[in-house]
Amino acid sequence: MTSSRFPANRTPEIGAFFQRDRNWHPPAFTPAYKTSVLRSPKRPLLSLDNTLSELTGPVFGHNILGELDNDLIHNFAGPGESAIGPRILVYGRVLDERGIGVAGALLEIWQANAGGRYRHKKETYLAPLDPNFGGCGRTITGEDGSYCFRTVQPGPYPWPNGPNDWRPAHIHFSVFGHGFAQRLITQMYFEGDPMIWRCPIVRTINDRRAIEGLTAALDMEATIPMDARAYKFDIVLRGRRSTLFENRIEGN
Amino acid sequence: MVQGLSRLKESASQTAGPYVHIGLTPNFAGISGVYERDLGATMVNDKTKGERIRVNIRVIDGADSPLKDALVEIWQADAAGIYNSPSDLRGSADPNFTGWGRLPTDMTTGECMFETIKPGRVPFFDGRKMAPHLTVWIVARGINIGLHTRMYFSDEEAANAEDPVLMRIEQRERVSTLVAPRDGDIYKFDIHLQGMNETVFFDI
Repeated sequence: MTSSRFPANRTPEIGAFFQRDRNWHPPAFTPAYKTSVLRSPKRPLLSLDNTLSELTGPVFGHNILGELDNDLIHNFAGPGESAIGPRILVYGRVLDERGIGVAGALLEIWQANAGGRYRHKKETYLAPLDPNFGGCGRTITGEDGSYCFRTVQPGPYPWPNGPNDWRPAHIHFSVFGHGFAQRLITQMYFEGDPMIWRCPIVRTINDRRAIEGLTAALDMEATIPMDARAYKFDIVLRGRRSTLFENRIEGN
Repeated sequence: MVQGLSRLKESASQTAGPYVHIGLTPNFAGISGVYERDLGATMVNDKTKGERIRVNIRVIDGADSPLKDALVEIWQADAAGIYNSPSDLRGSADPNFTGWGRLPTDMTTGECMFETIKPGRVPFFDGRKMAPHLTVWIVARGINIGLHTRMYFSDEEAANAEDPVLMRIEQRERVSTLVAPRDGDIYKFDIHLQGMNETVFFDI
């Protein structure tokens, strides 16, 4: 962990984060997604303004990254091999709610292979593993919050919930901002996938616009011809208040 | 009409799902050779300052079963009460302490065990001192948005009694849901998602 992502001439911001809009996020209790029933707190959350414990957060230097960490087509493949499936680039920016790029944000991703099969001991789907696909990757955003990785488009798959529920094709994202209060895990869906609107996990979100905000756009201009298509996916983390003119109460 | 505020909405949360280990603890999931080690698995080294402790965490569902597919992260100050973060402008944290740990709960027992140090006290936003605590963040299949709570220490009674966050808990009997009892060098923190002992979770 280093502070290298903050140039010497830039002081980190320390204002409190904007309140989280709990009506925009999925609620904890969503009975159509059955597992949530016994795993959802019932009591009201304790609300209070951020303290240093939430305003601060771990940061990760580029030195943790390996050369193939953002290339899921190759990072688990044997020498000279590559993962099977539609080759895609996923790119975008991590922004905050003010529209400011979040520099140095660690993104960790995981996904099923092109057949919809995860490399995990709890996974029981009959689709085969791809010996050249592990399913994890990571990257760190640049100064303007931009990121990019290469992978294969994951397949949809059935899961035990209702008798015939399927997940749309998706990529899981874990995101660190600058404060632990910004910590977020979400999923990216693909433009035009008819499975999105049938999925009980997607539909834990009540606002259609919030679901559209998780749906990556096909971007033909960013494709690599004869190689890989591109999807653009921006991620928005909580913004933070300016501390200008704010009363500082110290030590009373 | 008025000018727009041009604000964006935070990306909506989605569950981490049953396969969170692939992305966040791939070596634990048996996916080796991609990352050298799982991030957050080690918080301390031989030179870390402070009292060494272990923290055993379980996450228990509404049927009293510990979750065997949860992922737990902790974030804490160093022994002097400084966070290892550029956003802490009060001084430099112990360079031998990351302050951040991440572990999956065991697929058989549902437990995870962090090896860390006892944190120092950190000021609340009005300058009063908070009692030593860990920030704890939990994700799992069936949890739609990460759950944020705190663990306090049972042997810090005086500090806990004046902690400005604990003082905000209206139902006083619920304060104990955030205080982990000590047994030797192990603090045992059971997080109850539901029921009579439901842990206090934060919107912070």
